[in-house]
Amino acid sequence: MDKNKIQKDELIPRAKRSSLSSRPSLLKATFAIVQKDLAAEFRSFELVSAMLVFSLLVIIIFNFALELDIKVRQSVTAGVLWTTFAFAGTLGLNRSMSTEKDRGCMDGLLLAPVDRSAIYFGKAISNLAFMLIVETIVLPVYSVLYNVNLFRLDLIGIILLGSIGYVAVGTLLSAMSVQTRTREVLLPILLFPVAIPVLLAAVKASNGLLTGADFAEVLIPLNILIVYDVVFIAVAFMVFDFVVEE
Amino acid sequence: MIEVKKLVKRFGLKNILRGLNFSVEPGEFVALLGPNGAGKTTFLRILATLSRPSMGHVKVAGHHLPHEAAQVRAKLGVVSHMPLLYPDLTAEENLRFYAQMYGITNYQPRITEVLEMVGLENRRKDLVRTFSRGMQQRLAIGRAVIHDPEVMLFDEPYTGLDQDASEMLDEVLRTVAAEGRTVVMTSHDLARAENLATRFDILSRGVIAASATQEDLQNTNLLAFYKQALVD
Repeated sequence: MDKNKIQKDELIPRAKRSSLSSRPSLLKATFAIVQKDLAAEFRSFELVSAMLVFSLLVIIIFNFALELDIKVRQSVTAGVLWTTFAFAGTLGLNRSMSTEKDRGCMDGLLLAPVDRSAIYFGKAISNLAFMLIVETIVLPVYSVLYNVNLFRLDLIGIILLGSIGYVAVGTLLSAMSVQTRTREVLLPILLFPVAIPVLLAAVKASNGLLTGADFAEVLIPLNILIVYDVVFIAVAFMVFDFVVEE
Repeated sequence: MIEVKKLVKRFGLKNILRGLNFSVEPGEFVALLGPNGAGKTTFLRILATLSRPSMGHVKVAGHHLPHEAAQVRAKLGVVSHMPLLYPDLTAEENLRFYAQMYGITNYQPRITEVLEMVGLENRRKDLVRTFSRGMQQRLAIGRAVIHDPEVMLFDEPYTGLDQDASEMLDEVLRTVAAEGRTVVMTSHDLARAENLATRFDILSRGVIAASATQEDLQNTNLLAFYKQALVD
């Protein structure tokens, strides 16, 4: 046994070697997290497939439930779309943060000498990418089922702005809820009240575009979306450090 | 290398650490022993910058906590009973990710060096989810040393390992320590701790109840010392 012991004189004094690491920039750390999340997801497809199946089921159920004429269908499109995106987004947000927490990987991220905002931005960009992938598949399916043309640049712009706002606040709140035992239940309870402005503005703007309303009518919800996105990204940047700290 | 004075940690009304004093010299390998609930993990999480002290003075690698946490994290490697690895990434991809997070620019030679050290160079392209618990734990050590830290913290690294895996982990720990790193390890495996550590501190009821070096235990064994410390 004794021969296995590490004796004090066996320890080599640590040579003053040049440090291997340096503090990575916010951008590099964010990019590393996004790259890692995308690589893991494209290998397992766990998160995107769950979001996608859920979204397709929702629009198919709505398709059967709302046996409406073409005119009414156009007026409910924005509501159905954003309901689908919001619920599918919650699934993705929950799963994305759970994978970090369940195997202690969140500690691994927190132990890195990076600005903790990089963790927030990295996770938020990954979540946004997953949400956009699902939306890209849902839009043509919806167009076929509901016979509505959704391939309009202005509508895609609104969907992008709405998704950014939803993911910005959702990533922050999922970092909070993932630390609790009831995270699956807690996230929607925390998220939906806070996301109401972005969802309402997104529905209003999308509806305005689809029903051919005046640009002035779309401008107000569009402005709300932009302000919401900027405010919540700034708030998350400032408070994420406190949210993840024990 | 590590200096802790009058450290207090409270969760609500409960005091977990009650004025703990602790210090570790550079190159020392300290085994932190104690019963469940003594505060070992809480203490290690504070040293690892994952938890804030309620009161007291904590200095790691020349930097004060919690104010200089980022500087401390750059010099710190942490291994817990969870591997902190992504199962859907390969061993190499996991190490590459952490190398990027630690700002290592030319990381490929370092990844190869670390994989050789933990004996996983032949499995570098395999997904971590296909690894046994022992292999995951060895890779976890590789992850923790990727940036060549000065201080290593091990929290129950033997949890869930069989005899063979534990022996392989012993070898890796010995290599890590022999490179001159300062090591603090919590463990319930007294036999393994006795073989590895140069000093043994017993943490009980939120304070260091007793401390002994390898030389102090020449005429006794760690188990007897441990039991005596808890009785006192």
